[in-house]
Amino acid sequence: MSFIDIRNLVFEYFRRDEEGNVDEMVEALSDISLDVEQGEFVAILGRNGSGKSTLAKQINALLTPSEGQVIVDGMDTEDEELRLNIRRTAGMVFQNPDNQIVGSIVEEDVAFGPENLGFSTEKIWNQVDGALDATDMDEYRSSPPGRLSGGQKQRVAIAGVLAMEPKCIIFDESTSMLDPGSRLLMLDTAAKLNRDKKITIIWITHHMDEVYAADKVFVMKEGHIEVQGTPGQIFANEQLLTECGLSMPQLLQYKRFLTGQGIISDTEAAVIDSDEQLINLLCNKYGLNGTGSDLNLDHSRDGRMSYGEKSILNSQDNIEEEGSAGYGENQNLADGILLNDVTYIYNKGYANERAALKNITLHIGKGDFVAIIGHTGSGKSTLIQHLNGLLVPDDGSVYYDGRDITDKDYPIKELRQRVGLVFQYPEYQLFAETVEQDVCFGPINMDIPKVEASRRAYKAIEAVGLPDTVYDASPLTLSGGQKRRVAIAGVLAMEPEFLVLDEPTAGLDPEAAGKLLDMLKSLQETHGITIVVVSHNMSEVAEYAERVVVMDKGEIRMDDSTWKVFRNKGLMDELGVDAPLGINMLHALKNAGVNVDITKHTNMDIFGELCKLL
Amino acid sequence: MREMTIGQFYSTDSLIHRLDPRVKIVITFVYVISLLFLRDIALYGVAFLTLLAYIKLSNVPIRFVVKGTKALVWFIVFTVILQMFTVQGAETVFEWGVIRITNTGVYSAVCLFLRLVLMVAGSSMMTYTTTPNALTDGLEKLLKWMNKLKLPVHEIAMIMSIALRFIPVLTEELDRIMKAQMARGMDFKEGSIFERLKKLMPIIVPLFVSAIRRSNDLAMAMDARCYHGGEGRTKMKPLKYRNADYMAYVLLVLYIALLIVMKKALI
Repeated sequence: MSFIDIRNLVFEYFRRDEEGNVDEMVEALSDISLDVEQGEFVAILGRNGSGKSTLAKQINALLTPSEGQVIVDGMDTEDEELRLNIRRTAGMVFQNPDNQIVGSIVEEDVAFGPENLGFSTEKIWNQVDGALDATDMDEYRSSPPGRLSGGQKQRVAIAGVLAMEPKCIIFDESTSMLDPGSRLLMLDTAAKLNRDKKITIIWITHHMDEVYAADKVFVMKEGHIEVQGTPGQIFANEQLLTECGLSMPQLLQYKRFLTGQGIISDTEAAVIDSDEQLINLLCNKYGLNGTGSDLNLDHSRDGRMSYGEKSILNSQDNIEEEGSAGYGENQNLADGILLNDVTYIYNKGYANERAALKNITLHIGKGDFVAIIGHTGSGKSTLIQHLNGLLVPDDGSVYYDGRDITDKDYPIKELRQRVGLVFQYPEYQLFAETVEQDVCFGPINMDIPKVEASRRAYKAIEAVGLPDTVYDASPLTLSGGQKRRVAIAGVLAMEPEFLVLDEPTAGLDPEAAGKLLDMLKSLQETHGITIVVVSHNMSEVAEYAERVVVMDKGEIRMDDSTWKVFRNKGLMDELGVDAPLGINMLHALKNAGVNVDITKHTNMDIFGELCKLL
Repeated sequence: MREMTIGQFYSTDSLIHRLDPRVKIVITFVYVISLLFLRDIALYGVAFLTLLAYIKLSNVPIRFVVKGTKALVWFIVFTVILQMFTVQGAETVFEWGVIRITNTGVYSAVCLFLRLVLMVAGSSMMTYTTTPNALTDGLEKLLKWMNKLKLPVHEIAMIMSIALRFIPVLTEELDRIMKAQMARGMDFKEGSIFERLKKLMPIIVPLFVSAIRRSNDLAMAMDARCYHGGEGRTKMKPLKYRNADYMAYVLLVLYIALLIVMKKALI
């Protein structure tokens, strides 16, 4: 028998109305059968609401089958006697880093599981030491969780599971709230546990790029397993991926396009499995002055050597450095938002005071689509709160249309109306009984008459692409993606000139994320609203933004056109992010002497440029 | 910005931090009770100096303690003013219409002020120097006898420690929600008291929804980590009295004795 053996699992629950009467029966999982062998690394993919988490909870015996059977390491989850044993055998790391830490300091939290299992004090200490060591969290053992980053908290959660000596760990979308660096580190930690300790890993996600290394992939759709296979087999089926709300990894998208156009042959494409290989192939095949070897030479801009094979892009930078002073220097500074030499200090006057922003000068004119990128803690969120006067600089000034907003008589309400700010996970701020009331909240605060406020609410709800059936619905009954749209509509209804969003796509599956960004783009194009987005996702940035501001340790490191920022390989490496494949490809081809337009940065435009190769 | 220090653990190493949580609970309890019996400013002086020495030994910065106490300043001021108006004595200090403040009133208000400040500061010292888990363990062990009365001591202690653990998470959330609603033009500074109360809805509702969501998540995470009540649960850091703990008890007895002696002497 397999390590995890699920046979014809059905899980149903009753949805009840307000009086507690059964409204309808929901079939969350239907006829699921799957096997996982001991020591495998298995991924479960699917859009939000496809039943992935419900399935995970079945394996951990947090839920039990309505029909069928779930057997973990020979134990049936129906058997109540075995439940603790099952939970300890198949431990679980959840999504939200804050909501799974019980202890007030790291080591006490890690000890929570072993204490529940009744281990001896000596054994608890051994287990905690071992678990903290395996997750590289030893130096934080006496820290309170509040001082840790999201990624560190998630590693504490892994340690907490490890300390119970599990044979299997289920990661239930554990990376969805993390930045790319922490996400990679989590994936590495899981892979290491799988390799060194032979722990079975079940990795649940909607990020395709996380499942390359999996032994087996299950794709879920509407409560059942649509298909299973190796990552290669799954990714080859484009239609299936689209149906399941998933997006194809970039490399495959480009391979497919290039072979489809006859730019590279199927046999050439078959042996390629990294971005570098594809770029080298193209340069060798179509390049005029460069053939492979000397492309690998590295003369990066800031003089630092040896970024290794990866950085073939900076070599022979024969493109003129036109206007490297920054973006839009010819713009009228009296128009739009201007931050002049802004410094902001947290906990001023205390021992732990820290400059969150240092001498920031930034101008955002009207009509742009601007992205702000940078590490967690680099000051992005602090920066955007200055744009509508929620935070006031300790030094320097902020101007809107040429007027200093820190002036005592500046109408701050009017500024908030003009510069709409949407926080991270804005759906958590919905409060009203109906969607319409919630969306009207902003306009009514602006002293706009009720009738006009409703009219604006309807317009805003339409603009975010929601059907008119939601007007009277309670926000709580909507799906995650819909709630987020309602929250954005709530800001749009104030009819702002600027719309500033902090990680608008965090936690959404690729399909929902794409739709949301398309919606923002159309707001910019058809309503002329300036969009400013904080993002961790480089392909999103490349696809939608025309200008990128790079933040690092409270300073602006670069502020320029999207293509120029992504061409700065040294800076990208320093930030630990990869420029999207398409952009790298264009730059490499240009260096190899091919006449392509390197200012292109969206996938469609890049496809167009690549067609020139023929 | 809105950093709540009250009820939080201050992570450092000190003599006080290393004391058994049971000792700290008893000390705090006795100290707070002792404050209720003090009627003389001189005695408050003793209580104040004792607390100061205790804070010094704990390596918690005085500023941190002051900041925590300040959080309750409005409550304290309100109570003290009420006291000043209601306690009536012989000699009038100030009179305006129906309001009459007497010397006894002022004196008792000062005493009440000291009492409340010392109570808040003293009891928050317990949480500053003890991790919630240790506090839970201490409380659980001290109150074990209540189990016989069918009181769920372990569960109550667990609830308390989780509440403390989530204070910073929820304050951060509150801050975020307030800012988000301010970004939608909400202004807390205008309107009558009634209007301002109404304005709390857009803050309170999301906060409650979030608290419920979080508690749901946490319960699930605790279940997944084999939590099944206090039965059969062992401890990473089992409680054991050491010499320093006995010493602390002796000092506590001395403090009470000093207060009694002084009180007698003052009469």
